[in-house]
Amino acid sequence: MKTYYGTELPNPLMLGTAQYPSPAILEQAFRESGAGVATVSLRREGAGGTGQTFWQVIQELGVQILPNTAGCHTVKEAVTTAQMAREVFGTRWVKLELIGHTDSLQPDVFQLVEAARILIDEGFEVFPYTTEDLIVAEHLLGAGCEVLMPWGAPIGSGRGLTNEYALRAMRAEFPEVPLVIDAGIGLPSHAARAMELGFDAVLLNTAVARAGDPAAMARAMMGAVEAGKLAHEADPIEARDMAEASTPVIGKAFLS
Amino acid sequence: MKIVVNGEPRAVTAATLSQLLVELGFSGRVATAVNEDFVAASLREQHRLNAGDRVEILAPMQGG
Repeated sequence: MKTYYGTELPNPLMLGTAQYPSPAILEQAFRESGAGVATVSLRREGAGGTGQTFWQVIQELGVQILPNTAGCHTVKEAVTTAQMAREVFGTRWVKLELIGHTDSLQPDVFQLVEAARILIDEGFEVFPYTTEDLIVAEHLLGAGCEVLMPWGAPIGSGRGLTNEYALRAMRAEFPEVPLVIDAGIGLPSHAARAMELGFDAVLLNTAVARAGDPAAMARAMMGAVEAGKLAHEADPIEARDMAEASTPVIGKAFLS
Repeated sequence: MKIVVNGEPRAVTAATLSQLLVELGFSGRVATAVNEDFVAASLREQHRLNAGDRVEILAPMQGG
């Protein structure tokens, strides 16, 4: 069984905590789906102490916390945010995001590798949000990352796996590395597909949080990742162009 | 002394970062940075503030 820096996860679903209609619905989505990892962030604390209320909600979920560096555009900013997150959330895990492009939120992979190296030297366990580029992946592994999180599609786009060919190549290239599809999932079928391809987990947020019924969608996503995982392990058949009768021909009655 | 806290200009009397948190009423789980450098909770008491410092006080928040 693959682990995430030595930690086994109960299932292949990681959920974000943003954009839910209310904290109660957020809690319901986690409880009903059983997702084992929650991504969180750090923002400026207001006078009302809203961060402290959120912290209570997160603690009560009883799941593994994965703080992110969302919105960071420079190595310095991401490293400082990670250092602050480690203290606040009490974990060495960090989802490292280095945003390179405003519209697509595509990772700046050059800065990503640099920041990953710095953070790993400081004892962090880095989950890099990256693209499907194999050379970047090699550099991230070389920097000490033990998990890779390639995007399926741009964050929040809900487009599914837009470059399945490259993702399949990535899976084949790094069979031992835990690979998590992070971002772009819109439907349970997308999540199931990621797992059918052999990915180890799926991280999503918007598809659940912005659904009409987030808790039901969270359950649907869990069903999808578990089905996809089981299917991958069951060694699916290859698609073919022509029909192949499944009912035996031998012994068929001659009735015409 | 004039400093900037979470992007807002503030006039404060605090001499150290830990005094600043008390003066502004921050408690609970927060992380601090001064002039873009992380300052660990254990170092706040000895971290002296200077006029013009940019202080960030961050707390847990929803994220994806």
